[in-house]
Amino acid sequence: MAHIDENPLGPHLPLDPLPGHSSLGRLERVLRRGEFAVTTELNPPDSANPEDVYERAAIFDGWVDGINAVDASGANCHMSSVGICALLTRMGYAPIMQIACRDKNRIAIQGDVLGGAAMGVTNMMCLTGDGVQAGDQPGAKPVFDLDCMSLLETVRIMRDNGKFLSGRKLTTPPKVFLGAAINPFAPPYDFRPYRLGKKIEAGAQFVQSQYCFDVPMFREYMKKVRDLGLHEKCFILVGVGPMASAKTAKWIRSNVPGIHIPDSIVARLEGAQDQKKEGKQLCIDIINEVKEIEGVSGVHVMAYRQEEYVAEIVHDSGVLKGRQPWKREPNPVDQMVAERIERTREGVEQNQQQMAEIASHHPH
Amino acid sequence: MADPKPGADPKPGNAAPAKKAATGAFTPAGVSPSRRARRKYTVRLWAVRNSRFLEWFYHRFADLFLLLHPVWKLFGYQRVERPITFVEKHVKGFLFDCRMCGQCALSSTGMSCPMNCPKQLRNGPCGGVRANGNCEVEPDMPCVWVQAWKGSQNMVKGNAIMNVQKPVNQSLRETSSWLRVTAEAAAAKEAAAAAGKDA
Repeated sequence: MAHIDENPLGPHLPLDPLPGHSSLGRLERVLRRGEFAVTTELNPPDSANPEDVYERAAIFDGWVDGINAVDASGANCHMSSVGICALLTRMGYAPIMQIACRDKNRIAIQGDVLGGAAMGVTNMMCLTGDGVQAGDQPGAKPVFDLDCMSLLETVRIMRDNGKFLSGRKLTTPPKVFLGAAINPFAPPYDFRPYRLGKKIEAGAQFVQSQYCFDVPMFREYMKKVRDLGLHEKCFILVGVGPMASAKTAKWIRSNVPGIHIPDSIVARLEGAQDQKKEGKQLCIDIINEVKEIEGVSGVHVMAYRQEEYVAEIVHDSGVLKGRQPWKREPNPVDQMVAERIERTREGVEQNQQQMAEIASHHPH
Repeated sequence: MADPKPGADPKPGNAAPAKKAATGAFTPAGVSPSRRARRKYTVRLWAVRNSRFLEWFYHRFADLFLLLHPVWKLFGYQRVERPITFVEKHVKGFLFDCRMCGQCALSSTGMSCPMNCPKQLRNGPCGGVRANGNCEVEPDMPCVWVQAWKGSQNMVKGNAIMNVQKPVNQSLRETSSWLRVTAEAAAAKEAAAAAGKDA
């Protein structure tokens, strides 16, 4: 039997568009079917070696529906999200391309959206990005030409109206599933649900939250979100992750902006014999708690420098319910590339005279 | 999203400038280019506390400016632009720490100027706001958007904070937003009058 998210004519062919879907990707299909989605984050390498990316992605094989390609998270310089997406789509992974407003102005961003979509990226995540001061190069110029909201709107206009922000027409609009970030754990707490509403109005179709360690607080937030009816307009993925130790938790709490870790969590980690194992168990417990909250459509597992535990966490929490996320997402240009490689291998000789003749009869 | 580096010294503030300085890298004293000087935020916070009064005052003021439309037209908007911009810059600079973006959004942001945000966010707070309501980038500055939310709660038309703002048009920087609003309102009024005459 063919996999449900597979082209009926063969697994090597790209997926057909479904009515009401804005992308050709599997993540959107999984979410719209009402299945519990799992996404994760790839730790971007500080190298120019493609194998570093493939190695880091291989750990997630068969366990996640999407891999976030982060755009210099924490304003620390790494391989760019566009570069990572180029490598991942080539190998049939389903990346979620993050776009941060910190480093690029609207001209560069709209160009990257087109480039990403052409490479086969079907999910894009619009972020503001951390301030440059948080990173390893605090002397950099912060761009912030757009903010996450106007970025969402820009990409939505490109997709739905087929136009640049300037109004100039696109010949093929980018078909992307649009994401955004939420942080229910930072003040002003009562504005946060409305802010989600604003993001949905601007174009967000799914959101990933910041690390959730305070489940009661998240429950309170979700209650307000449900009262506003926002959970029906957007898929909410809760950010979770294992803490390596109580010391890490304390360090993150005081140094990484926007991550709220209650004392009870630190105490629980401190009291454990094996803190690393307890951190993992804590993550599984939180997943099990949040998955029962009405309006939660999935989890986003951020296991920075502990990526090898993602599979275990997803398995032990049982959120996939036996479903296996499809490993390979075919790229629309796969066939063209294969033909080209085949021709090169066969050693077909190029006759310049003949090629010039053909070109002159087929003007662009 | 987060990029924690475990094992480093705990330092207040995410920028950990002391650690960076120790590596020998150049660490500017005030790392935010949008910061002019380390200072108190008294007037700015007063404006937020009195957002309702300022909203009322601005409406009267805008009406007066619109009444003066014939005067601006007589002298020419081009010619009055410079003196009005000068006044606007200093009045709003004193009250709101205005950055002269030229497209004022104060009425939709609870009288807290969003251009003072180090990320210049015009659509709400980022996810990095500290638990005490201060900015993640400048730990001693109250978050512009926490203040904006407070200010908008006092205002009659505070709900404008829910509108999605367009990206800033950088070509309008250092121009008078008062005159632009007046010219637009006058044009709308004239168009309405013309439409009324036709009907």
